[in-house]
Amino acid sequence: MIPVSLPVAYVPLVDAAPLIIAQDMGFAAAEGISLDLVSAPSWSSVRDMLAFGRVDAAHLLSPMPVAMGLGLGGVTTELVAPYVLSANGNVIGVGRTLEARLREAGYGFDFTDAAAAATALAAVLKQGGNAPVTFGAPFPFSMHVELLRYWFDSTPLRECRIDIRVVPPPMMAQALADGDVDAFCVGEPWGSVAVEQGAGALMLPGKAIWEFAPEKVLAVRRAWAETEPHLLSRLMQALWRAGRWLSQPDSRTTAAEILSRPEWLGIPPELIDRALSGRFTISTRAEQREVEGFLNFHDGAANFPWRSQAKWIADRIALANGLDRAEAQRIAGGIFRADLYREHMAGGDVDLPGASEKLEGSIRHGTAVASHKGGLILQPDRFFDGRIFDPIPDEC
Amino acid sequence: MAIGKDMSGTLTIVVVEEDRDRAVAIVDALMDSGDHEVHVIADPSGLARKIAAHAPDIVLIDIDHPTRDMMEELTLASGPLDRPVAMFVSGAAGGLAQAAIESGVSAYVVDGLAPDRLKPVIDTAIARFRMFRQMRTELAETRRALEERKVIDRAKGLLMKAKGIDEDAAYALLRKTAMDQGRRVAEVAEALVTASGLLS
Repeated sequence: MIPVSLPVAYVPLVDAAPLIIAQDMGFAAAEGISLDLVSAPSWSSVRDMLAFGRVDAAHLLSPMPVAMGLGLGGVTTELVAPYVLSANGNVIGVGRTLEARLREAGYGFDFTDAAAAATALAAVLKQGGNAPVTFGAPFPFSMHVELLRYWFDSTPLRECRIDIRVVPPPMMAQALADGDVDAFCVGEPWGSVAVEQGAGALMLPGKAIWEFAPEKVLAVRRAWAETEPHLLSRLMQALWRAGRWLSQPDSRTTAAEILSRPEWLGIPPELIDRALSGRFTISTRAEQREVEGFLNFHDGAANFPWRSQAKWIADRIALANGLDRAEAQRIAGGIFRADLYREHMAGGDVDLPGASEKLEGSIRHGTAVASHKGGLILQPDRFFDGRIFDPIPDEC
Repeated sequence: MAIGKDMSGTLTIVVVEEDRDRAVAIVDALMDSGDHEVHVIADPSGLARKIAAHAPDIVLIDIDHPTRDMMEELTLASGPLDRPVAMFVSGAAGGLAQAAIESGVSAYVVDGLAPDRLKPVIDTAIARFRMFRQMRTELAETRRALEERKVIDRAKGLLMKAKGIDEDAAYALLRKTAMDQGRRVAEVAEALVTASGLLS
């Protein structure tokens, strides 16, 4: 039987791995589909290809479909996210100038404590006369921007004059070197690339701000999800199997080798392995730091699109853009489609949680929760400041 | 072709393009299509700021341009939901958007710009970008064909030497192997060259 070809757009990043592995390791073929993976140089390009029908599914920043649902950003095609491709996986870093000043002030670059990092950075900025600084991030609607803003808002950094500006990640090291930006938040491998090129040092993994942040989603047009449920179902099954394979430590070396090929990421496997293993070289002094669960493709129901995650994103975007926060949450509840996940993943190996919302930030330790197979353990989803986000429930 | 000059004045168009020849070609085509004010931005650093300075009606940029995401900041520039620039919002421009994406140009258009003023500009841009895309594809094809011919020649040489056969026989052998394995002659040739490199 000839597999059905399915065009899917992605940006060549480590967290595109589930799509690449699904195709390369035969998980897609086992579902009778073949992924025609279209690499894109920018997130707007991915969005446009999806919105205007050049592709049927896409690797997308989790806040993008939410922002589009809120009418922000130009293109208004209705997208839905029935599946989360990955949780976490970003790094925050500073350029050489700020790195030197932080070291002078005695900051140890522990790569763990977000509150301490903010205090140290704020002190250095204020000591420098509180001159404005710029953080580079990949897109206006990205987990990168949301994590940065959340981090600034709840620390002394709120008193500093900080701008966030869009810089395409492959250009981040150059932007740091040119002084266009002073610091950054990017997805791997681009943080490690900046370190390798001697442009800066890593301060924190994104996980240090929110322990279980939905990073990339599988996005499809709402209309397509309705007219092609069988294709969507096969795609999600293939991705889930690829994610499970990726989550096994034995797969890491093979995964890094596959992703490093020129047709995929085209960068050395050693750099990719840092994100997959969570073992980082954070500076040109070769300082090593380890982060457990730096990038999660599978564990703790990572692929489940919790409506509460979309509501947190919507609430933050609404706050930043002066929109009605309750209305934004209501709209977001219809974009992360827990119902589609249940519909398409039922009956197989996948354990489904009993609820579709949770109190974001309330899980401190691995916690067993009600699920239809009874074996589901959710992982910690703490915010660094201990706040808990209580989503507004859906009407009905 | 005269468009909209009568009552609404000229359109201000910004083209983001680093390649000088390409920029000139696009500007010429746009000028021919109507009485427009066209600016070219060649250096993408600080892109959003530079574009905003021109207050354009239309921005044209290569869809494969990595700096495109910088444009997105513009769509937020003047506050929530009061977008100065949006990519083909809807309606009349819907079909255009698809054609544009296929030809490799993305356009940002000021909200509320009348479709009849927009269409000729976008049509011109689409035609130009399509032409460039085709040229790029053809160039890549030519390069690849050249590369392949080199590899096939080397493989033929290896076979001629190893088996003491002539050139035609060597090529026939390559072709037969390719057919038997359901692969391209160039692939078989490359495998042979690689293997022989490892063995020597």
